[in-house]
Amino acid sequence: MPDLKPLVEALLFGADGPLRLERLAEVVEAECSTVAAVLQVLAADYAGQPRGFFLQEVAGGYQLRTRPEYADYLRRLGRTRAFKFSRPALETLAIIAYRQPVTRTEIEYLRGVDSGSVLKTLLDKHLVRILGKKDVPGKPAIYGTTREFLELFGIPDLAALPTLKEFSELAADPETDEGSAVLPAEEPGA
Amino acid sequence: MEPFTVHLDNFAGPLDLLLHLIKKNEVEITDIPIAEITAQYLAVIDVLQTLNLDMAGEFLLMAATLLHIKSRMLLPQAVDDGGEEIDEEDPRAELVRRLLEYQKYKEAAIRLDQLPQLHRELFVRAAPAPEVLEGGEGEFAAIGLYDLLQALQHLLRERPAQMVHDVYSEQLSVADRINQILTALQGEQSLSFSELFATQKTRHEVIVTFLAMLELVKMRLVHLLQSQRFGTIWLTPAVQEQLLPGDAESDEESLGYA
Repeated sequence: MPDLKPLVEALLFGADGPLRLERLAEVVEAECSTVAAVLQVLAADYAGQPRGFFLQEVAGGYQLRTRPEYADYLRRLGRTRAFKFSRPALETLAIIAYRQPVTRTEIEYLRGVDSGSVLKTLLDKHLVRILGKKDVPGKPAIYGTTREFLELFGIPDLAALPTLKEFSELAADPETDEGSAVLPAEEPGA
Repeated sequence: MEPFTVHLDNFAGPLDLLLHLIKKNEVEITDIPIAEITAQYLAVIDVLQTLNLDMAGEFLLMAATLLHIKSRMLLPQAVDDGGEEIDEEDPRAELVRRLLEYQKYKEAAIRLDQLPQLHRELFVRAAPAPEVLEGGEGEFAAIGLYDLLQALQHLLRERPAQMVHDVYSEQLSVADRINQILTALQGEQSLSFSELFATQKTRHEVIVTFLAMLELVKMRLVHLLQSQRFGTIWLTPAVQEQLLPGDAESDEESLGYA
């Protein structure tokens, strides 16, 4: 049996998207737990060495991604363009992410504004999708986020969304220093 | 007070604007000085209107809500039969709940945007060419009805419905119609008004026929007769009329004059 560490590394490198643990185990013909341990070692290696990439747990799988500090250079390389989210789009996306399944009416009540066009944009970008119809009069569509949403924001799964802060009073105005690239706090692959 | 310089674009909605005003005034959200905040909110709305901005209706709706709350705050507390004050909910309560709830998602949106984002901070190797991919077995998941519908919608969007309008001018002219009516009247005693229009499907045809009829009357080729008010209108060839002199009395006002 070949050495699993370089093999898994090769698969992660060659994959065209996040690789699920089960899929990796199937391909290398090893136990999930064994592969999970290998992933942890790889993640620790990348984190501990001066590397251009790291292993991120995202959308139910694992993916090699370039480190945020090199973002400027990769942008210069310019193969892809980042979504530039408007505030309404981000708000709507946040509401759907945390409250799914959610209807448009509920979104609009929370935001206080019509959200039809924003919702359409998010649907077009495949960041949200229609999960079904709510069983109430009028059978409104209910919305939820997609795998693409998790991939875009580097979130392992919905349970791993940053916890919602509950407020009983006003929050201080947060500084929105855009482009502050921080590595995710969690150890990738943990 | 300093004049407001507000750009509507900076606010995601009326709740956002309201949050901004409350923070600016450094007041407790649970004890909003509703009169003051309402006045400031309306001032902002006013500025926006004088700038002739296309203001979203929601901003006006919120203005109405604020005024409604303000008016309820001014009313004395309702008292029950025993003279006890009925413990009503603070008129501001729902608004406060909504503001706090909105703030929660506003913050969540900001934090979402701060996450290292794919194609912005993080990049991945470009996917291999699709031909290289074979099956990708094991990665399939059952597709839902709505995903399927979305796929269809996508297909249809790529093939927009052909909007072809055949525009052609109506060939029927008043002159043609006159000839048709005369032909129809040939050998007939009369032709009723409803028969005349029965075959006319479009408004255009009806109008042409009507004009043709008037023209025939003007040319004194046809008489329009009616046996009683609101009764059937008959077209009779003027030639017939001449064969029966002394019938209809000459009436200059009538279209049936000979």
